[in-house]
Amino acid sequence: MLDKMIFGRFVPLDSPIHRMDPRSKLLLVFFFVCVVFLANNLVTYAILGVFTFILIALSRIPARFLFNGLKPILLLIVFTLLLHIFFTKEGAVLFDLGFVKIYEGGLLEGIYISMRFTFLILVTSLLTLTTSPISITDGMEQLLGPLKKWKMPVHELALMMSISLRFIPTLMEETEKIMKAQTARGVDFSSGPVKERVKSIVPLLVPLFVSSFKRAEDLAIAMEARGYRGSEGRTKYRQLSWQTLDTLLMCSLVVLTALLFLFRS
Amino acid sequence: MRIELKDLEFRYQMNTPFERLALHDINLAINPGTYVAIIGHTGSGKSTLLQHLNGLVKPTKGSVVIGDRTIEAGRKEKHLKGIRKMVGIVFQFPEHQLFEETVEKDICFGPINFGVPEEEAKKKARIALKLVGLSEDILEKSPFDLSGGQMRRVAIAGVLAMEPEVIVLDEPTAGLDPRGRKEIMDMFYQLHKDQGITTILVTHSMEDAARYADEIVIMHQGSIFQKGTPFEIFSQPEQLIEKGLDVPETVRFQLKLQKELGVRFDHPCLSVEDLAGEVKRVMERGSR
Repeated sequence: MLDKMIFGRFVPLDSPIHRMDPRSKLLLVFFFVCVVFLANNLVTYAILGVFTFILIALSRIPARFLFNGLKPILLLIVFTLLLHIFFTKEGAVLFDLGFVKIYEGGLLEGIYISMRFTFLILVTSLLTLTTSPISITDGMEQLLGPLKKWKMPVHELALMMSISLRFIPTLMEETEKIMKAQTARGVDFSSGPVKERVKSIVPLLVPLFVSSFKRAEDLAIAMEARGYRGSEGRTKYRQLSWQTLDTLLMCSLVVLTALLFLFRS
Repeated sequence: MRIELKDLEFRYQMNTPFERLALHDINLAINPGTYVAIIGHTGSGKSTLLQHLNGLVKPTKGSVVIGDRTIEAGRKEKHLKGIRKMVGIVFQFPEHQLFEETVEKDICFGPINFGVPEEEAKKKARIALKLVGLSEDILEKSPFDLSGGQMRRVAIAGVLAMEPEVIVLDEPTAGLDPRGRKEIMDMFYQLHKDQGITTILVTHSMEDAARYADEIVIMHQGSIFQKGTPFEIFSQPEQLIEKGLDVPETVRFQLKLQKELGVRFDHPCLSVEDLAGEVKRVMERGSR
């Protein structure tokens, strides 16, 4: 169950996307999130879809795995879809169920929004699936580098990010471990009345908090013991290198944006 | 209650890029009232194996028979609570599962989940606390104010208070000092002797396995490499050493004596007393 989660997980494979510079991938995600909102008709959504699927294909992440990981969010997507279908009153009436009328505009809007949602999630998870947390942080730190001039704590932010990314799997593992321990003590996490299930969160959350605080403390001590003192005079072992592939990716983004502008209504 | 694993196979994260074979071709029967030790390297599948013993994970092939329940691969299982009441598991570092405001509430948590009335659960908590060697005046304390060793004992008491027929121990003494270690291990052994509780111990310590177990199961790379009585297992210490596994200190000592002095022992010694007697006998025989 938890092991199917894909958020924040890195799948170490060898693919063009994996080899790309984290900076270009970060830029890609950033721009993609912006241009997604340009799409407003069937053609533009199709263009976005094709773009997304090309990226997925290039990443060599098994599609089955990716879509299994999407399942938890499916509910949210379906919910938005239904919300739009029932509450947007635009265009011609398609069905009249008596108590509720379904409008053409609502249906279309619902489909568009849920498609937008899916693309956003796919592309953002593609970033974490194909880039190790350390590279993401390095890329982020470099991209935000110029902000240091205005006293932005860029290094600290990057560190915070890498620590939280790093500990997602650990926390998941821990959650699973404690769930098992409490299940063995008779807690039922997966069935039973809602009230009981909500109550069963307590024996899970308390130990998780306790161990997280303890781990944070340990980590701080370990870092201090090894002489960590922020970004001051810190050098990097891994150097990022921008390659032709990255430039190509950026070009494809420009093309994508141009196409979207061309075909949007 | 008899537990049987038949042709069991388990894969982690089936159908993902992380799929990994953890256990295969496991056939094991655990008879009521026995003390079984499961030994193996880290990653040999011991901990995964023990999670099958009360339905925490389901086999991806084969089946697990626990009492009159059968858990089969590929079938949806419901109402496993009954099994979990009978088979208690003490996980590695069980103190991580403590969460209640007081020690008493935490120990009562298991029994109450299994439908024991509160008053009775409190009684059981007191009995369990005594078993693990703690005094009653910590009942009202917060478990987070205790020392590491005490927390461990409270967590173990929480499992004992469920009064399981089978108790599964996953390295229950990891990280304890030698005295605490011995106290806990002796306590479990006493419980096994007095109440006939079937005990399954997962451990790295060959000494513990040799001292307490009726049967030893050696795991290697996800399958059972050897099983038998401690005597049988340690009669061929070379095989174990070949697989990079340890043997009890007494057996190691015997091997060394055999090699350096050229003496022969008739059987492996599993306790220091036995070893002393044997050495004496062998030396006398040698000097005659």
